[in-house]
Order: sequence, then structure tokens, then C-alpha cells
Amino acid sequence: MKIAVLVKQVPDTTEVRIDRETNTLIREGVPSIINPFDMYAIEEGLRIREAAGEATVTVLSMGPPQVEDALRDALALGADDAVLLSDRAFAGSDTWSTSYTLASGIRKLGDVDVILCGKQAIDGDTAQVGPGVAQFLGLPQVTYVRKLEIGDGVATAQRMMEDGYDVLRVPLPALFTVVKEINEPRLPSLKGKMKAKKAEIPVWTRDDLDVDPSELGLDGSPTRVVRIFAPEPRGGGVVFEGDVDETVDRLAKELLPVIRGDSQ
Amino acid sequence: MNYFLTEEQEMLRELCAQIAREKFLPVREELDETGEFPRDIVKAIAASDIYGVYIPEEYGGFGGGVMEMCIATEEFSRVCGGIALAFSASALGAYPILLFGSDDQKKKYLPPIAEGSKLAAFALTEANAGSDAGAIETKAELDGGHYVLNGTKQWITGGGEADVYTVFVRTKKGAGIRGITALIVEKDTPGFTFGKKEDKMGIRASTTRELIFQDCRVPKENVIGREGMGFLVGMRTFDQSRPGVAAQALGIAQGAFDEAAKYARHREQFGQPIASFQGIQFMLADMATQIEAARCLVYQAARTIDAGARDVGKISAMAKLFASDVAMKVTTDAVQVLGGYGYMKEYPVEKMMRDAKITQIYEGTNQIQRVVIGSQVVKESAAKEKKE
Repeated sequence: MKIAVLVKQVPDTTEVRIDRETNTLIREGVPSIINPFDMYAIEEGLRIREAAGEATVTVLSMGPPQVEDALRDALALGADDAVLLSDRAFAGSDTWSTSYTLASGIRKLGDVDVILCGKQAIDGDTAQVGPGVAQFLGLPQVTYVRKLEIGDGVATAQRMMEDGYDVLRVPLPALFTVVKEINEPRLPSLKGKMKAKKAEIPVWTRDDLDVDPSELGLDGSPTRVVRIFAPEPRGGGVVFEGDVDETVDRLAKELLPVIRGDSQ
Repeated sequence: MNYFLTEEQEMLRELCAQIAREKFLPVREELDETGEFPRDIVKAIAASDIYGVYIPEEYGGFGGGVMEMCIATEEFSRVCGGIALAFSASALGAYPILLFGSDDQKKKYLPPIAEGSKLAAFALTEANAGSDAGAIETKAELDGGHYVLNGTKQWITGGGEADVYTVFVRTKKGAGIRGITALIVEKDTPGFTFGKKEDKMGIRASTTRELIFQDCRVPKENVIGREGMGFLVGMRTFDQSRPGVAAQALGIAQGAFDEAAKYARHREQFGQPIASFQGIQFMLADMATQIEAARCLVYQAARTIDAGARDVGKISAMAKLFASDVAMKVTTDAVQVLGGYGYMKEYPVEKMMRDAKITQIYEGTNQIQRVVIGSQVVKESAAKEKKE
């Protein structure tokens, strides 16, 4: 069985700074880590491998050359291989072209049975790349997975919902994005760190992938960030207390102007 | 500071710091309160291959030495000197086998210890035999192919939690230190039980317990080295393990210093951070200087041993003596820098001060360290005079 885990290198802080000129995230000078949600995806990949016996875990990322550090961290945890998709042509990708590029990378890996991602990255918080990759590959996807069982050509996944969870059966290959309830990520081992230090991490560029150049990087990205701003804080709610009939009357009085559109 | 660590040692330090931060830190306060043994942490340390760092590769270890053992112990102790013993107490128990065990004993016992699937413990102290290790009363009498053990060991770190015990017993009455023998006793051997669990001042996350032997039969092949060699086995073990206690003390001191420096930068009195006052800065300066001096001595001792030097008793004792005194002083000063807050359990420095105290006492009190150092320097002086 072939397992692919998609990881993103993110700044080691939730306080992301933004370049006011380009309206993109500033990554320079900020210590980087593997996106915390992706740590659960890596752990799940390792657990699936351990349960399956014969399986490999390949970690894939797209980004600038320093993303190699994140991939080495993943190897130290026990992943078998890592591949970095890196090219100037990929720079400035939004979630669309990132998904497109990563999907091309997975296609090049070939015969992947299970693709795992974190539910979202802590810098952009879009939660779009995992689903986008599945879409480009034409594969089924289950998002927000809190439990995953891999059977023979089929997987059973519990998808976390606000009020409980759904149980879904999906044919493989498929893509899953995972939530932190799924497992507890392990720490690296000394042997893993030594192996990771020496590992060769192949870098795949645009020329290594079967891609339409017009879908790549900033040019291939339909998203245009027009303005970045902190949303207005929401006002506190009002609690009506007391007799039911009275409070219903009060509520109706408060709501009516809103419904009529009087209270702009 | 550059401590001239190898790339692998840096990697080890980084990994141990991560384990301490992610696994020790969230539970240290609770374990200090409950005194519960950290089984989950043992598993995490094992999964990261740390139990084998000082064990040769042929016995399933990482192939490092005392230096690697010290690096791990120091990093663990920075966060919790008590939990750190879940690692270093096993090393103390394993050293007699590593140094004097037969090839069969090493093959049998070291791989699971290196793997962390089994923990080792060292059992020498008795009610009437502490600094005077020659006064051991637990006796072992030969009966066919077995020794029959009777007696009680006291204050054994890891007692009840460890699986492999190196136990020092009297095999010859009235023969003083020449009548002592070191034996490997496995947990669950009939006649081997555990007594009182101690309620300690510090290092509370480690278990300290009595070992009780009542007609406990241990096969003859479990003798470490030869019969009557026990005292030497114990003393040589201490030569290797004392830098480990020193590293524990060093880690505790560093952890307390880090807390004190951070607090001093944030705590404001008279309209400014107290770190801007010379009175506080001088305290921090002295603490930092003492810690660096201790670290130099600990690393020097560890590297000297790993280089295969012959007489390492003196430097090993010096490292233990100095680093543990520094730990006591620095942790006391850290409490002082934090003032009233430092005295409260809400902040970690009072615990560090309690944890530091034991490092001046166990594996030879600091008075015994001075005996070791003193007799050696007198001997060296005499040898020098002879040459002249």
C-alpha cells in the first residue's frame, strides 16, 4: 500500500505578518514548523503503515527550498520518503494552483492508495487544498476525519460534525483530511533523526511534472487578494430573561424592525 | 556558548529538550504532587531511542557513552529533575552489567534496557549502610547453584517500577568490603518483594522504595564479575554514574536560572523590570557563571571517562560535588529572585530547590565526594614528590 501525506511548512506562530504591498504572508525570518494539523496526518499515515505491514509513507510538500527542513522533520518521525515540489514557477500559488501542483505530484508518485492532509493550515486557514487535490485527481474525499480504518480497497471514516459524526465508507484511492482528535502524534526518534539528516530529498520542478504552465503560480491563481483587514468585532448578544410570554413579546418587538429592514 | 558537541550529540540534546518540553512539562506539577511514576513518559523516552544512548551498538544501543547519558539527563532535568530519573536511574542500574557483566549477561539484559522495554535499578543502600557501603548486611548464602538472599535494601530509586536490579549483598561474613558481591535480581523472583514507598522532599516523580528479600533464590550465574568483587563493581559504577547526577544537578540549576531570568525581565517594581536593578543582575550573573563552571566540569568528566582514562574517580567526584552544590545555591537564589512568588507552588522554582537537595546527598554524599577527592590528591602529591 502506498500512502501519501501532504504537509505545509508554516510560521511557528499564529501571529502571521502580512506584506501590505502584495497582500501575501511574510514567511522570511519567522521560524518554521510543519503545520500542526499535518502532524496528525503524518501520524495517521505511520499508523496505517504499521497496521498494514507492507506499506510506505511518502511525504509531499510544495514550497521554497527551505521546506526541505519540514520534510526532514517528517522523515525523523518515520516517513519512508519525502518529495519537495519546488520551482520559481510555483511561487505565489493560491489554493487552486497549489492543489493543482500537488495533485500533479501525486500523479507522478503513482498508485497512491491513501492521501492524508491536515484539516487546514494554521497560517492561511482555508482548508481548501486537501479537497482541491482530491478534485483535481478525481478521487473521493472525506474531510474532518476523526477515525479512519483502512480495509481491502475500501476505507471507513468518521467525519466530525458539529453535533456528532458521520460514518462514511469510501472506495480507495481516496483523500482524507484529519482533525486533531484522530490520534496523538509521536515524537521523533534518534534513529529517525539520523536517517533524516542523511536522506536525499528529491526536488521536482515544473519540468518534472505533467502540468499546464498556465495553471501554476501567481499567474495560474484565480484568487486576487484585494484588501486584508481585521473584521469588526461582533457586539455582545442580549439575553432576555423572565416570563416566557413577556420575553417573546420583547423579542418580537426587537426583531420586527430588523426583519422590515428599518434598523440599518 | 559552544560546547563542541558532535552533530549527533546536538541532535540528542534537541530531541531530549523536545521530549522534556512536550511530555514532562505538562505533568511535572501534578507528578510532584501525587508522586506517581510516569509510565507514559517511559514509553515516550523509549520510543525516541533515548534509553540506549550510552549502551554499545552490539547490545542494541546507540553507541554513545557517559557524555550522551549526561546530555539526556541534563536536558530532562532542566524541566523536571524527578521525571529525569525515569531515565537516569535505569542507567545507574545498568552500569554494573555494562562494566563488569559477562557477555551472556550483557546479551540478556542490556538490549531490553537499551530499548526501554525494561528498566534497571541499583540497590546498595541499607538502613545501616549508606556512606559506609562496606557495612552491608543483606546476606546471600550459596546453596547449590543458587544464592539465597535475605535482608532489606532501603531508598532504592525505581524500586518496584524497575525490572532488573543490581543488588549488593554480603557473601562473606566479617570480610568487610571484600565480602560484598553484586548480583542481578529480576523482578518477580520468588522471595523478592517491595516494602515502604518513601514520601520525599523532592524528586517526587521518581519512586523510592524498600526491596525485601526473604529466602530469595538467585542463580549463581547472576553474579556480576566475581564473588567478593561487589565493592569494586559499586565504586567503578559510581565513577561512571556520578557525572550523571552532576548532569541532573546542572539541568535543575539551568532550569531554575531560566525561570529566574525570565521572571526578572517581566516583574516590575518601582516602575521598572527588576532585571534592571544591579542587585538582581549580580545575582543572575553569579548564577550563570556558576552554571557554566559546573557544565565545564561535568562535560570534562564525561569526556575524560569516554576517552578511556584510567583513574576517573577524582574528576567524577569533583563534577558531582561541584554541580550539586551549584544546583542548591542557584535554585535557592532563583527562589529569592522570584520572592514571594518563588515560595509558592504555582511557580516551579520551589520544586527545583527541593529537587536540587538530593543531588548533594545521593550516590555518595558530598562529604564522601570530598573523601574520594581528598585521598586522591594526597596520593598524587606523594607520587609527585617521589619523582622529584
